[in-house]
Amino acid sequence: MTLMQKFLGTAGALVLSAGAALAEPAVIYDLGGKFDKSFNESSYMGAQRWADETGEEFAEVELQSDAQREQFLRSFADKGMNPIVMAGFSFATALDIVAPDFPDTKFVIIDGVVDQPNVKSVIFSEQEGSYLVGVMAAMAATGDTVSFVGGMDIPSIHKFACGYAEGFKSVKPDGKVIVNMTGTTPTAWNDPVKGGELTKAQKADGSEVVFAAAGGTGIGVLQTAADEGMLAIGVDSNQNYMQPGTMLTSMVKRVDNVVYDAFTAGTDVEPGLIVLGLGEDGVSAAMDDYNADLVTPEMMAAVEDAKAKIIAGEIVVHDYTTDVSCPAY
Amino acid sequence: MDYLTILQILDSTVRLATPLLLTCLAGLFSERAGIVDIGLEGKLLGAAFLAGAVAYVTGNIWLGTLAGIGASVLLSLLHGVASITFRGDQLISGVAINFLAAGLTVVIGQAWFKLGGRTPSLPREARFGDITLPFADQIADVPLIGPLYAELLSGHTALTYVALAAVPLSWWVLYRTRFGLRLRAVGENPGAVDTAGISVVKLRYQAILIAGVLCGLGGSFLASLAAGFVKDMSAGRGYIALAALIFAKWKPYPALGATLLFGLLEAIGNRYQSIKLGDITIPVQLMQALPYILTVVILAGFIGKAIPPRAGGQAYVKER
Repeated sequence: MTLMQKFLGTAGALVLSAGAALAEPAVIYDLGGKFDKSFNESSYMGAQRWADETGEEFAEVELQSDAQREQFLRSFADKGMNPIVMAGFSFATALDIVAPDFPDTKFVIIDGVVDQPNVKSVIFSEQEGSYLVGVMAAMAATGDTVSFVGGMDIPSIHKFACGYAEGFKSVKPDGKVIVNMTGTTPTAWNDPVKGGELTKAQKADGSEVVFAAAGGTGIGVLQTAADEGMLAIGVDSNQNYMQPGTMLTSMVKRVDNVVYDAFTAGTDVEPGLIVLGLGEDGVSAAMDDYNADLVTPEMMAAVEDAKAKIIAGEIVVHDYTTDVSCPAY
Repeated sequence: MDYLTILQILDSTVRLATPLLLTCLAGLFSERAGIVDIGLEGKLLGAAFLAGAVAYVTGNIWLGTLAGIGASVLLSLLHGVASITFRGDQLISGVAINFLAAGLTVVIGQAWFKLGGRTPSLPREARFGDITLPFADQIADVPLIGPLYAELLSGHTALTYVALAAVPLSWWVLYRTRFGLRLRAVGENPGAVDTAGISVVKLRYQAILIAGVLCGLGGSFLASLAAGFVKDMSAGRGYIALAALIFAKWKPYPALGATLLFGLLEAIGNRYQSIKLGDITIPVQLMQALPYILTVVILAGFIGKAIPPRAGGQAYVKER
């Protein structure tokens, strides 16, 4: 009888500990929504890849308003979800408040930095990926002008523009990069009409390739580029399929890999700050069937060469956010 | 700045002014009948959404436009029920429509297409094509007039020409028809109209229906131009149109001028993000803010006194 009790007790403890060790991971999507063809969809793909490979399940939720950030973080942590992954710098404030209350839960924030002992912050070196697409733009353009359409006029978008300009000028030092920002308010992320007009104006000024880092505004940019016979470069996730034939490439951030890795590590996620650049395959220039006809072997060689030099540290791409200025403008 | 650049900027001006003009005329009809219409922004957005969605599903932009008009008219009727039939506050009802449109478009769009509130991109055949006016290609080489005709006047979508035609048509309806006279009267002195045995309520409903149709055209234009719907894509154009309406002192031809001016400022801001004047560089932020600065200046009354229709904003209560 006592033996039986002991046995049961141990089994019970085992079940409990197994439950704790196999805590369900969770992902919280930002306001753009799970299927935004960009950032959030990328995190979903990573989570789904993990689920397909392991046969495990994960919890997920889509934010409907800013006010829900803290609420969902708390409720997931309360339910024992671990680790909890979120994509978007907007989570930083809420996470900074919630993380200390759940010291045993691991949090992963992508694109933002939160300095707490149980938080892993992952940021990307967008300037390095932008440098590569800048090199490609320079080689694809017959003339010496290319352009950039940003969303809101903030340093983290200039980070893309600056890397792009540096990459372009490494090939065509005397060329011109037209850098336009759509606006200074959040409506700048969702104004495809204005994005289109900016693109038309850039074409009129001689631009042949346009790089859009502008959220929903970018859809108008890619569309107008296709209408006007320009080449376009997408951003965040691989957008090459959106306008086949005129999409030179996309500057991809591998958000999916971060989510996948975090889910794989489970509760053993290492807290701290991680910067993902070309060396870590965190950013890249997308190559697929949609742009195969536009990418020449010379372009591939130049991109590979630049990539190797950046990884080796021979080329240091300027990070706009460090000093809010760009040597290549 | 050469001739071709000027033409390109003016061409862009016409494109940017088209939705503003349609929306402004919508506001004109509504406000001339005494219904303050701050919900223009929401109607524009709702129309853009349904136009984009239906154009994608059917592959036909004209069906999309019909749907866009439907969405806008429906929101107009809501405004009418709240503020005409139930005599609610017109401003509050209008603001509610803006919120409703901003929320509903994303929720329905997400449930429908699962793209985070976006519609899929419209293929070329599901958008308005550019209409080349007769002989545009033949006379394109004629100096001065050729490029003017080929670049600026020709090559716009059908709705741009509809919008331009709507200006004299609105003027004719408002100032040369019995309906127009009554419409203007109902915005100035509904009591007098009622005494003459004409239904104030019916006239006001007719006015907001016209506003709904015009706004629907504006929204459909946006959806076609951007090849689909993106959340909040009206981006404040409804409010700018409202400002243009005040600037135009509630008259059709000045409305054309006002919206073209706003379009021109935005086009210049897009083309020249920073302008150098001697040693001083005007920063891009100022260029982008110009339409808004202008709005504030106008609203502060610098263009002379803009007198709104006298009965604007007041629900009509029949004397008992």
